[in-house]
Amino acid sequence: MAKRLKPVDVVVVGSSWAGGVVSAELSKAGYKVVCLERGPKRVLEDFTGVKDELRFTNRFELMQNLSHETITSRSNIDEVALPVRTREEMMAGTGAGAGSVHWAGATYRYWPYDFEIYSQTVKRYGKNKIPEGMMLQDWGVTYKEMEPYYERWEKTAGISGERDPLGERKSDYPNPPLKESPPIKLFKQAAKNLGYNPYQVPSANVSQRYENPDGEVINACMYCAFCTQYGCDFGAKSDSLVTVIPTAQKTGNFELRTESYVRRVLHKGGKATGVMYVDTKTGQEYEQPAKVIVLGAFTFTNNRLLLLSGIGQPYDPKTRQGVIGRNYNGQFNITFRGARGFFNDKKFNLYAGAGALGGTFNDLNADNFDHSNLDFIHGGAVELRQYGDGAIASNHVPAGTPAWGPEFKKKSIHYAHRNVVVWYTPAIMSWWHNYVDLDPTYKDDFGDPLLRVTYKYTDQDRAIAKFGVEKCAEIVKEMGADIVDKDDIPQEFDHIYQGGHYAGGVIMGSDPSTSALNNYLQMWDMENLFVVGASAFPHFGGHHPTATVGALAYRASEGIEKYLKKGGMLTEAKKSNIA
Amino acid sequence: MTDQHSDKDEKKGLSRRQFLKNTGMVAGGVVGGSLLGGLLTNEYQKKQEAQIKEEAAKGAALQEARMFFSRKEDFDILGAATERLFPQDDIGPGAIELGVPYFIDKQLASYWGTNAKEYMRDPFRQNSEEHDYQHKDSQKDKTGPNTDSQTPVPTPRYQSRLTRAEIFIAGLRKMEQVSRDKFKKKFVDASPDQQDQVLKMFENGKVEMQGVDSVTFFNLLLKTTIEGVYSDPLYGGNKNMQGWKMKEYPGPRASFADVIEAEDFVKMDLQSLKDYQKFA
Repeated sequence: MAKRLKPVDVVVVGSSWAGGVVSAELSKAGYKVVCLERGPKRVLEDFTGVKDELRFTNRFELMQNLSHETITSRSNIDEVALPVRTREEMMAGTGAGAGSVHWAGATYRYWPYDFEIYSQTVKRYGKNKIPEGMMLQDWGVTYKEMEPYYERWEKTAGISGERDPLGERKSDYPNPPLKESPPIKLFKQAAKNLGYNPYQVPSANVSQRYENPDGEVINACMYCAFCTQYGCDFGAKSDSLVTVIPTAQKTGNFELRTESYVRRVLHKGGKATGVMYVDTKTGQEYEQPAKVIVLGAFTFTNNRLLLLSGIGQPYDPKTRQGVIGRNYNGQFNITFRGARGFFNDKKFNLYAGAGALGGTFNDLNADNFDHSNLDFIHGGAVELRQYGDGAIASNHVPAGTPAWGPEFKKKSIHYAHRNVVVWYTPAIMSWWHNYVDLDPTYKDDFGDPLLRVTYKYTDQDRAIAKFGVEKCAEIVKEMGADIVDKDDIPQEFDHIYQGGHYAGGVIMGSDPSTSALNNYLQMWDMENLFVVGASAFPHFGGHHPTATVGALAYRASEGIEKYLKKGGMLTEAKKSNIA
Repeated sequence: MTDQHSDKDEKKGLSRRQFLKNTGMVAGGVVGGSLLGGLLTNEYQKKQEAQIKEEAAKGAALQEARMFFSRKEDFDILGAATERLFPQDDIGPGAIELGVPYFIDKQLASYWGTNAKEYMRDPFRQNSEEHDYQHKDSQKDKTGPNTDSQTPVPTPRYQSRLTRAEIFIAGLRKMEQVSRDKFKKKFVDASPDQQDQVLKMFENGKVEMQGVDSVTFFNLLLKTTIEGVYSDPLYGGNKNMQGWKMKEYPGPRASFADVIEAEDFVKMDLQSLKDYQKFA
């Protein structure tokens, strides 16, 4: 029997950037906020002195324990899905701070084109440019409207960067860019030679000691290389644990409950009344009533909780009706393709680096180049990143080298510090056949169905990836590499979820028949339920998602506050532009 | 004054090595003057270093016992196989000397070997579809923004009801059987070339196994071998940091801020997690 707890103003599910920003903003505004996190409590001391590649990078120390719950995955709508069983195939954060703790820290804004992708594509190229089955739609908000929220999040996180020569932004980044390593210099020079406009990757690995507007201090990055898939032991990588969670805690209005696994959003008469969760230490069920419920967890959890709770109409690919699970998208094994260069006479200090240390350019992103004669829309950033290679990771060898034995040993050691990779981070469109729903067979610890992903590639995906690989190879060649190996383009999705960039399913828009949320991330079907995170992206832009998640969380916080004061729907529904 | 100073040093546990470090003698400082020069090479120091080495060797040897593998024969096959994957040569030691078989033994005894954090519920589909997944050749280092840092071995989808530890036992015994069938020899007695032929049959999925595909076993074997060569010595492989030495990998450090802009390659003394945790 669930134990009923004292009602609060707001209950938030998830403690990463999405849930963290909302928690901070609403507790600052004087509302009582409870944040429920399924994983363990984590503090800075948990990340001190544990720079261990095997434990974190190869054994996924910070990731979800899949013995309790995972997802299933398949390619086609009539196939049986198989569970994603191991952590080698699945990377989803958990614990206080969750995904914000293990992230790399690259923080790009999406482009004006992204937010109005349908209208702008039709305007420039005509309706025929959009293939049948591509679920292209505007986001119900413009870049101009999003800019103040981007700026707020960048200041909270202390983003370090320089202006993109092609970008539009009113203010400078709050901190100067990270240092330029020799591979980055080489990349930028090569990009310039080829007529592009390179600049430093905007980074949440902070370049100098910084105090954010909430008074939280983020330290300077040490380039120690233990960044992506690790918590930072210096508090120098911006995450929710060094920024918004302590900000919320200082107000006295906030409580973070860890090891609290939310199973249902409770609702009655079209309104959410609270959530039901289990204390995973004791097995005790609790009901936490609240005026406003915020789902601020990862894309998979946000989708699954709505489906399990029977909120919103589930998407049916056969009729293309329904909204929950629709426009599932993200970056899979066809993204981050490019070319690797091997040098005979250059040796870099590749053991040093930082998660978001790198060079990039956007000449081939969004609609910054003419697509009239191309067989795809949108584009992506080209990046060279210097994460800092661990000893296990640095085993890249030229194509044709055996994967083991004497020749592998010789070449993997020889090239350990003599290779670079340049990749393309293409945008991913949504399609009628890519969606999420509940699996009919596989269950979690409590007997609830797992989330099922149905996902396959299209000609657009393969064309954009191929385009990117060719461009990356030209750059690597211009950098002077002696051997240039181009990545293959996978024909099909391999059902390995290692990138962490999964989005959609509970998307924003201006038309309730094609979107679950309005542009404050308020549910059309349930006005006191807000769903915050990349699950709101109608498509995936040609960049890493976090800045947009952070910005949307600030916008949602503003909306929630308005709702708590006045009630009702915050925007009016209208027939939107849609493919 | 002098006494006070030495008291303080003792309280801080300031070792001789630390003293040398602080005075800049170890960390790239120029050694000048006969006194310091003599200090570095005197008999006392030689003796002390020999003693430390001997103790270290003894300590490591005590940990080199089988924790997971009960049959010595299985463990010997494992050793011979890993040595073919990462052989000794003029660059440096191979898998056996690096302690890789003990590394794998310890890993298989851990939560990872027993698949404690993996989804291991029925039904496990054992059909043609599953076969295809096992054979999918997806390079792990190309599957996402955060994964350039993965061991570059293929990762087929895991759809076996066997744990990794069980897959190893089954795989090693199957290798033995293949070697005996094909060459009329025990795997450990087969020639290096014959051993490679057996390994290639597994790598190409040419061997029939029950409940798991041979390529899945091979990929696990290769992945753990590379991990054993290069992971922190605390796990039993990369013995005396010799894997890192070959690769000129410096180990975990508090900061590379001074190195990040350097045009030339900076070679450093090796440091393990044990060293790092002393200061963390």
